[in-house]
Amino acid sequence: MHTLDNHVLETIHMIEHEKLDIRTVTMGISLLDCAHPDPAIACQNIYDKITRSAAQLVPVCENIEAELGIPIVNKRIAVTPISLVLAASEGADPVDFARALDRAAKEVGVNFVGGYSALVDKGITPADEALMLSIPRALAETDVVCSSVNIGSSRAGINMSAVKTMGEVIRATADATAETHGFGCAKLVVFANAASDNPFMAGAFHGVQEGDVTISVGVSGPGVVHRALQAVRGASFDECAEAIKKAAFKITRVGQLVGSLAAERLGVPFNIIDLSLAPTAEIGDSVAHILEEMGLETVGTHGTVAALALLNDAVKKGGLMACSNVGGLSGSFIPISEDIGMIESAAAGHITLDKLEAMTAICSVGLDMVAVPGDTSAPTLAAMIADEAAIGVMNHKTTAVRVIPAVGLDVGDMVEFGGLLGRAPVMPVHTPSSEAFIARCGRIPSPVHGFRN
Amino acid sequence: MDIIMTVTGIDHEGIIAAVATKLSEFKVNIRDVSQTLMGEYFTMIMHCSFDETQLNLIDLQEAFVPVEHSQKVEIRIQSEAIFKAMHAI
Repeated sequence: MHTLDNHVLETIHMIEHEKLDIRTVTMGISLLDCAHPDPAIACQNIYDKITRSAAQLVPVCENIEAELGIPIVNKRIAVTPISLVLAASEGADPVDFARALDRAAKEVGVNFVGGYSALVDKGITPADEALMLSIPRALAETDVVCSSVNIGSSRAGINMSAVKTMGEVIRATADATAETHGFGCAKLVVFANAASDNPFMAGAFHGVQEGDVTISVGVSGPGVVHRALQAVRGASFDECAEAIKKAAFKITRVGQLVGSLAAERLGVPFNIIDLSLAPTAEIGDSVAHILEEMGLETVGTHGTVAALALLNDAVKKGGLMACSNVGGLSGSFIPISEDIGMIESAAAGHITLDKLEAMTAICSVGLDMVAVPGDTSAPTLAAMIADEAAIGVMNHKTTAVRVIPAVGLDVGDMVEFGGLLGRAPVMPVHTPSSEAFIARCGRIPSPVHGFRN
Repeated sequence: MDIIMTVTGIDHEGIIAAVATKLSEFKVNIRDVSQTLMGEYFTMIMHCSFDETQLNLIDLQEAFVPVEHSQKVEIRIQSEAIFKAMHAI
């Protein structure tokens, strides 16, 4: 057979057997022009702009899926952080804005809308404060709205008052969705150095520096990278890195094609590709299994951080040349509930929160989809956020916490989220108190290398 | 538009005839064919093209569903763009 034929068969094999897909096509929509002193008009403006801008998003993506023969798993929308739009409407109930987002997202058929967000890495406006405090109600009363709050940056340091608030908000969100073991928290991310063009949920929002309407793409492909590594079993790390780079290049080229087709057909600019390897809870789609393929008996054992460092770097190097603009989080995701290898390792006690923290120092994104005991206190949750933020702020990288106090469950139990969100074993947290630490509030100043001018 | 059609399944007589007849019905031109048997497994890769203003790829995919059933084979029709993007720099 010709070389071309081998390429055809290789591509089809990647899609059908290695679960290669486009994880998300995300439309970013600026809502800055929707602000209005009357909150009812602002909400109507939001609904109108989203339904107008994204009317064709799902049909266009479905058409590209059929034409190229590759699944586009999610079609999503990211909007301007709502606290910025909310600020113009004095006395508004922020949850009305969440409901407007929910209705608009359902109307256009996307599965999530992100941007119920506030950026408070330095200071907190009254609108930021109102939005943060409304998150538990907003997530309990809507279905597809995702929320994120940026509490730290390398430039501004860590806003520990916001960290304290977000510990309480996560606690309250879990309690407000207690009947589903705190499911609301799966839609809430607390960031340091948040990326304003991240297409992945739950942390997507459309930053103020972005254009009016844009298209971004998040690729996937742990199965493809895993297979590439199987082909060099026992070889040196140099060869591992080469194999990963080549696989990442191919994965990213498909993302570039899908993104440019979608942008062209929707008549909006193509923004970025996020190079993250995004796993799912299905067999054959696991980042943990890639690390194990490198020679670890189970992910979480000694050597895990080194293996992840190599993977993360090689994916970026392979992907960079394959696309025009890289952005978002662009690193391997290591969620617990959304990766079968991570689920198994955490259930067996090999992955601990401490090891996860170490892993987040060299990849994106942070403590992601981690279930902790249902009675974990707000100060402990806040202290977990503070630790992750410190890793991000000091290392000039994004870190995040998406942690779920699984109400009614304890260590050893499993909490089921369903669908792409998977399932998570409840992991133990350290029990000594961090309360006095969190009660200090104020700011942890930015690191000296935050001032590069 | 350039497309790649792949046909796989248990070999028997008439597969190529059925596929080619349907392509001809839709005025799709066959530019290159490569076909082989792996054991009793039939594999064919066809490079075809058609006038986009006259025919929609999704309609063509739907037209081949009955051929899949009658010939008991799997037929994929994809834009050539995905293969070019992935394998050519």
